[in-house]
Amino acid sequence: MNAVAVNNIVKTYGSKKETVKALSDISFTVNKGELFGIIGPDGAGKTSLFRILTTLLLADSGTASVDEFDVLKEYKQIRNRVGYMPGKFSLYQDMTVEENLEFFASIFNTSIEANYDLVKDIYVQIEPFKNRRAGKLSGGMKQKLALCCALIHKPSVLFLDEPTTGVDAVSRKEFWEMLKELKKQGITILVSTPYMDEAAMCDRVALMQAGKIMSIDTPGNIISKFNKHLWAVRSEEMYRLLKDLKNYSNTESCNSFGEYHHLVLKNDDRDKEAVLKYLQVQKHMNIEMKPEQPNIEDCFMQLMNNNYDRS
Amino acid sequence: MKQFFIFVKKEFRHIFRDRKSLLIIILMPIVQIILFGFALTNEIKNSNIAVLDNAKDGSSRAIIQRLDASRYFNVSQILNTQADIETAFKSGKIRLAVVFQPGFRESLLHTNHAQVQLIADASDPNTATTVTNYAANIISDYQKELNGQVQVPYAIKPEIRMLYNPQLKGAYNFVPGVMAMILILIAAMMTSVAIVREKEINTMEVLLVSPLKPLLFILSKAIPYIFLSLVNVVTILLVSVTLLEVPINGSLLLLMGESLLFIITAVSLGLMISTLTKTQQEAQMFSLMALLLPTLLLGGFMFPIESMPLPLRIISNVVPSKWFFLIVKDVMIKGLGFSAVWKESLILAGMSLFLLAISFKKFKTRLA
Repeated sequence: MNAVAVNNIVKTYGSKKETVKALSDISFTVNKGELFGIIGPDGAGKTSLFRILTTLLLADSGTASVDEFDVLKEYKQIRNRVGYMPGKFSLYQDMTVEENLEFFASIFNTSIEANYDLVKDIYVQIEPFKNRRAGKLSGGMKQKLALCCALIHKPSVLFLDEPTTGVDAVSRKEFWEMLKELKKQGITILVSTPYMDEAAMCDRVALMQAGKIMSIDTPGNIISKFNKHLWAVRSEEMYRLLKDLKNYSNTESCNSFGEYHHLVLKNDDRDKEAVLKYLQVQKHMNIEMKPEQPNIEDCFMQLMNNNYDRS
Repeated sequence: MKQFFIFVKKEFRHIFRDRKSLLIIILMPIVQIILFGFALTNEIKNSNIAVLDNAKDGSSRAIIQRLDASRYFNVSQILNTQADIETAFKSGKIRLAVVFQPGFRESLLHTNHAQVQLIADASDPNTATTVTNYAANIISDYQKELNGQVQVPYAIKPEIRMLYNPQLKGAYNFVPGVMAMILILIAAMMTSVAIVREKEINTMEVLLVSPLKPLLFILSKAIPYIFLSLVNVVTILLVSVTLLEVPINGSLLLLMGESLLFIITAVSLGLMISTLTKTQQEAQMFSLMALLLPTLLLGGFMFPIESMPLPLRIISNVVPSKWFFLIVKDVMIKGLGFSAVWKESLILAGMSLFLLAISFKKFKTRLA
């Protein structure tokens, strides 16, 4: 039994003159109790997909179900049992932490006390500020409160739309720890994020780009599918280096990645000396070049380039 | 039921924590009543007038004295030449000039015919008409006294009675008007803004993905504003009775009941606006254009509907304030019972039902 099943969903926006295809023929399933990540840049279609699954939007074609309930016909049952945290945290800024939580509990016909154990681990972190208005909380605390509000009715499936966007690195890490704890309680969790490094925290991820899913697998499998040798290169002039590497005749792809540029050579060439020689001709100083383990972002870039070549 | 109770409590929290808006809601009716009652009145009181007395005899003096003594006029300038009249008007300090011809009393007594000239500043035609009428009345009163002993053979003497408002107070007209205006503003605009705010701050998205029923949502949004509007009705009535001495001649219970009906109509209008708009600003603009202006212009309390051209008279029928204005005048001022206003009440009830049905039907259970 699947917690979420999506079959051939298509969604377009806009008028007849100008249409934007937000989702083109998306299909996937999420197992019960899985922590499933949907990873992709802004505009990939993540929010549209979440809104269709939470019954807020209607797809143009295709079917989808949550907990075996159809998003079109049985939307009321779905609304009873899912938790949803939209991209912009939806809290009442003029109400205190406690009042917000109490309110969201009551609209699901439950109370804070009834499901306190579910949110306890998260709520204790913001409980010292329970009489503070939500508008005066820091970004990380707002996010925790929003998560508590989405959890307070013990949902069977939890939809988190970019929960870590705009939150500092420490809070992000904490947040993922919290999600892992929630997973232990048997809640199926769908998270979308533009941060590639967060993919490693998920059981399985779907890499999305321009309304299409490029790959669905465990993070480990996705990385192992990266079949080429990857080099990390740096020198004193990083920007010129990127340009020069992209112009190099034997370069397949080169992307800036923190303090190194990640380079893949054509036909999986391993000829380090030739590259170094080329860079020396270009008068680069202090050149460093070493083999590198690929990460999800490298895989994403490769998939994206492959898709681009094919289309 | 608990769900509903907590939702209403939340709405009251939003209202009470927004101190500035709350202050405006509570004070606006009082300020408006006082403004209309004392500043923006169309009654003529203590108008300054000038006098050019070329006769300087007993009769002219007696008339000048009477003009000055009346509460409408205040003789502020005594002029000496014809040319001074123009100067006095140009300075803008007077509204009326009274000119007596030489030998005023003689001609009055001997030829039975004397002339007095009333010159008014007609750049404001309504005021000019009113002040000349008042002055003419005072002069004819004096004439009647002179004729006291002599019996004029044939004379029609109209006896005028101003029903319901013998002192011709403007307050009798604008208190019902301000009530209609305030209620439509508070109840309709605030309700629409309150709902649209949920869309704007994104909480609507979460509320939709919950078991909350649309009807419950709409009701809990409406109830706090119905309550606040009733508070406004009470303050308006208190200020009118105490400060402006406008009596409540009819049943207070009926008046409150009719106000509640009108508030429900206004709230339904607000609900409909909220389904048509996306941002708070839009909702506010829409409310102002679609509610306040028609209420002011076509509600009947600023400009009489009877003297409008036919198309406007027809349009005025869909303005709820028009009907409420009639109801309040009948119940509060004329002291009539429900039998006199059942038709208007029925129209308001019908409008409410119609608007509620539309907004319920248009209420989106999804985002798009």
